[in-house]
Amino acid sequence: MTYAKAVGRALAEAMRADPRVFVIGEDVSAGGPFTITAGLVDEFGPQRVRDTPISEAAICGIAIGAAQSGLRPVLEIMYIDFLTLALDQLVNTAAKAHFMSGGQLSVPMVLRTQGGAGRRAGAQHSQSLESWLCHVPGLKVVMPSHATDAAGLLASAIADPDPVVVVENKTLYFRPDPLPDVLAPVPLGRAAVVRPGRDVTVVALSRMVPESLAAADALAVDGIEVEVIDPRTLVPLDLDTITESVGRTHHLVVAHEAVGPGGFGAEIAAAVGHAAFDDLDAPIVRVAAPFQPIPVSPGLEDAYLPGAADVRAAVLSALG
Amino acid sequence: MTPEQARAALRTMWRIRAFEERVGQLKRADEVHGLIHLSIGGEAVAAAVCGQLAAADVVYSGHRAHGHVLATGAPMPETMAELMGRDGGLCRGMGGSMHLVDVAHRMLGATGVVGGTVPVALGSALAARMRGDGGVAVVFFGDGAVQAGTFAESVNIAALWQLPVLLVCENNGFAEFTPRSAHTPVERVSDLVAPWGIAAATVDGNDVAAVWDATARLLAQTRAGEGPALLEALTHRLRGHYEGDPDRYRAALSSQEWQERDPVLRLERAGAQHGWFDADAMKAAQEDAHAEVAAAVAWARASPFPTPELAASLVHSP
Repeated sequence: MTYAKAVGRALAEAMRADPRVFVIGEDVSAGGPFTITAGLVDEFGPQRVRDTPISEAAICGIAIGAAQSGLRPVLEIMYIDFLTLALDQLVNTAAKAHFMSGGQLSVPMVLRTQGGAGRRAGAQHSQSLESWLCHVPGLKVVMPSHATDAAGLLASAIADPDPVVVVENKTLYFRPDPLPDVLAPVPLGRAAVVRPGRDVTVVALSRMVPESLAAADALAVDGIEVEVIDPRTLVPLDLDTITESVGRTHHLVVAHEAVGPGGFGAEIAAAVGHAAFDDLDAPIVRVAAPFQPIPVSPGLEDAYLPGAADVRAAVLSALG
Repeated sequence: MTPEQARAALRTMWRIRAFEERVGQLKRADEVHGLIHLSIGGEAVAAAVCGQLAAADVVYSGHRAHGHVLATGAPMPETMAELMGRDGGLCRGMGGSMHLVDVAHRMLGATGVVGGTVPVALGSALAARMRGDGGVAVVFFGDGAVQAGTFAESVNIAALWQLPVLLVCENNGFAEFTPRSAHTPVERVSDLVAPWGIAAATVDGNDVAAVWDATARLLAQTRAGEGPALLEALTHRLRGHYEGDPDRYRAALSSQEWQERDPVLRLERAGAQHGWFDADAMKAAQEDAHAEVAAAVAWARASPFPTPELAASLVHSP
């Protein structure tokens, strides 16, 4: 089992349970570039697993219209870098339709996309742009870090009456990753404490969750107990779980693959800094990529990407 | 177009005309707010297209939507209240002039982003087709929207999937402050969709009978599953792009030229000529419209303003 297969399975189960659910995107009937939707067309047919031309703006608008007219589209934008092409529809229409119509319209669509570096794909195929979406009132944003949450969050996203963006990660897709036999929805807006610890709280997004767990294992050998929290949903953010943890550990590290300035870690840090100021014994430390476009040359890209070593260094820095 | 349909169209067109003229005054008095784009001169297209919709059809529009909204049957008091930013407005004061929505009358959205509703209309057409309810999605846009990238994307997909969508282009020759000829070498919007094999017609948008008949034909075709259609209605925008636009970029029509082109006056002349309605009926249509507008203004003025709590509660669906 893998994260990729878990998403595919969650899609199939959602489509079996609800005839309104359909998949739409570029090459989705062939599985897309990451095989996520492979096989769905055999069970559900080409009307419900609908291929589109390379027209991100239009297909996002189509998903919005279909959702406003009673269906539950799951739109795939194969790289988050290409979400830029659909942003007008997503930001100016999908996010605001309910508000601007005075509550008459809802847009129960899901936009699935993936980001992340590590494949030498270059700066236009490797970004982590989730923080942009967190700045748009009306959108919900989830970022699963493993198979069970990928399936569970997707189920909840499909059931959600609002537009939900699901940000997957290309290097997480194919790692061996167990999944329970019976899938359960994972509610939006609830963080998970994936590793309890006494000494420092590490809030990590997506690929930085397994990296933080690896750092935590290494630090445990040195007697430092790290509590790793995966927010899972960025908007709405479960700040309470994070501040409760900081109330016990008094130290916070925030880790993501996105670049630091303007990254979602800045939002978490500011929110915790305000809500838990008296609990903090040290400044909040952020782990993030350098503020530059992502290189293609292997050595440069490897050096660019934050990982367990950076989390370890951040923890030691926070603990002084 | 039958005489009965012509009479109904006349009443709709007078309602739009009276409403829009009053809105222009209210804007100058700062009682309606924001960027106001009037449909004066566009009444025939609104009446002829929206007057032929079936219950399963839906309508989308753009920033110049007041006429379309009224022609779908949306209530005038609530429409006026929305322009005044009141809680009793169609959108509880959250949408305003460019973003009118009335789901009960199948008006699913206007937009302030030029051309932004074209792909959204395709989505509703897709839903209608997947449900098999025979509905058509109609989307209004101007000649300026045709140069936006999403227009070509949408035309391509609509043709590829043979979606039941009627694209209605109100070509008034101007995109904001610039004449069409300065934006594109393609004069006729209907020429643009020819490579995709989409059924298209260009009509005099100020001749309500011509718009009615072309619309009837194209609606029937697309409803029957023959694919999308485009209606290009050649019109004239009597006022500036928005209320307050000094409009120095166009030669003003002489009063005589406007009398000749005014769609309301043209329908009255045609009606008198064909015996569709008499002078009393025309007078009644105009007076009733003005009375209805006055009542709508009074109702809207009495509607309270929305609260910050209401706004906060509308960010997400329940």
